[in-house]
Amino acid sequence: MLQENNVMGDFIKDLLQKGKREDGRKAMDYRSIEIKTNVMPNAEGSAEVNIGHTRVLAGVKVGLGTPMHDKPNEGNLMTAAELLPLASRYYEPGPPTPEAIEVARVIDRGIRAANVIDMEALFVEPEKVWEVFVDIYVLNYHGNLFDAGTLAATAALKSARMPKVEKNGEEFTVIREGALGKLKTKNIVTSCTFGKLFGSVVLDPDGNEESFMDARVTIASDENVVRAMQKGLGGSFSTKELDGLLDVSFEKSRSLRNIITNAAGE
Amino acid sequence: MAGGEKPVLIKDGKRLDGRGAEDLREIKIIPDYIKNADGSAYIEWGNNKIIAAVYGPQEALPKHVQDPQRAIIKCRYQMAPFSSLEEHGRTGPNRRAIEISKVTKEVFENAVLIDYFPGSEIDLYVEVLQGDGGTRAAGITVASVAMALSGIPMRDLPYSVSVGKVGESLILDLNKIEDNYSDADMPIAISPKSNDILLLQMDGNLTRDEVRQGIKMAQRAGEKIARMQREALKAPYERIAERYKK
Repeated sequence: MLQENNVMGDFIKDLLQKGKREDGRKAMDYRSIEIKTNVMPNAEGSAEVNIGHTRVLAGVKVGLGTPMHDKPNEGNLMTAAELLPLASRYYEPGPPTPEAIEVARVIDRGIRAANVIDMEALFVEPEKVWEVFVDIYVLNYHGNLFDAGTLAATAALKSARMPKVEKNGEEFTVIREGALGKLKTKNIVTSCTFGKLFGSVVLDPDGNEESFMDARVTIASDENVVRAMQKGLGGSFSTKELDGLLDVSFEKSRSLRNIITNAAGE
Repeated sequence: MAGGEKPVLIKDGKRLDGRGAEDLREIKIIPDYIKNADGSAYIEWGNNKIIAAVYGPQEALPKHVQDPQRAIIKCRYQMAPFSSLEEHGRTGPNRRAIEISKVTKEVFENAVLIDYFPGSEIDLYVEVLQGDGGTRAAGITVASVAMALSGIPMRDLPYSVSVGKVGESLILDLNKIEDNYSDADMPIAISPKSNDILLLQMDGNLTRDEVRQGIKMAQRAGEKIARMQREALKAPYERIAERYKK
């Protein structure tokens, strides 16, 4: 991402050659992960995720809209990511950058492919469905926005409440307060992101590592299958490397799913 | 002012949330909330949840915006699309947010010693994660703390609060529903050392006398707000002092 000074690069490179990392982790370790749900009670669902010093907030809003033409019996999902300029010296205000759009789209694909939301339960009547908006707010950048964002989005959806609708003639009124059920979810998706720098592959690259990263790959999965993948940046992975990373991602996803179920209070 | 049926905002001298006319909502300020920023703080002011962060001073870019006499302040106030209990909002600053950004910036053009940093810019970001009325006032109050924590020299630590009117009575610190249905809303920012007014906006109807009383009401509340700002500024240092006492 951002080319930092060479001193830091040399430092990280030397450590990696000895199989070490700046914060004491092994190559396939995560930083500590914390999730808090319902931190923004005005939103139907919300979750704050801290992975090391990376802090991400996901907010879920549910409203009424019209279905997509190709899926008239399903609700809509809209995922956006904001790399807030307060999150890093290198982020600037303005329309979403390609980086922000990539983060949002990869997270969106995982949620969609894994059927995290029961989309058919969002049907209201012909030409009227519920729309689910997931906004990923990056509050402090220190690497690995993909995994932090996926965790935050999934935890926010799992803990979201479901508004009710009342119809009087042609008028729809959305009720967002009082006794409400939960948004119907069917699955949990998590992702594991690996970075390749100085020839080594590491899990959960932090901000310093990302600034020297040549290649990145995100593998999103549920309990059984891979649900979304994205390889990024100009470098490459060998098929053998990817082979190993697939296994690591499945192994790691078990504890990530537990973190989500615990946070969502299930 | 919103349409629809107007709720009873004051009953037996109590407001909807149980406060008296001159009571502030509960305020909590957490310093150093954003690790990457040069200065930052988070505020919970009633149900408002707002982050302010400061980056700078740094070279002002693009070059043509540079002022050879002083630093420029760039401020962006924005509400998250999930910040309200109603519909999903639109992302990005709207006309309201741009105006609030401007008046907020102007508060800090006064409070910050900008002539110490010619050619530079100071970036101030105010992100409203959850809004419940009075977000510009809470935003300015927390931005003061963030600015001071960044180490940028300031002549004073401004605070802000709004005053409004319901029927015949003036009330302090309007929440969202009061803001929507009140007869007047007047946000004020004040520099506490001089008691000078750095921000003043108003809409609705107030007599001249009510304006004068309203400002006094804001200044009385300001003593409490200013104390909380100072406590938040001291907190990180007190923690360090505590550690070295042992």
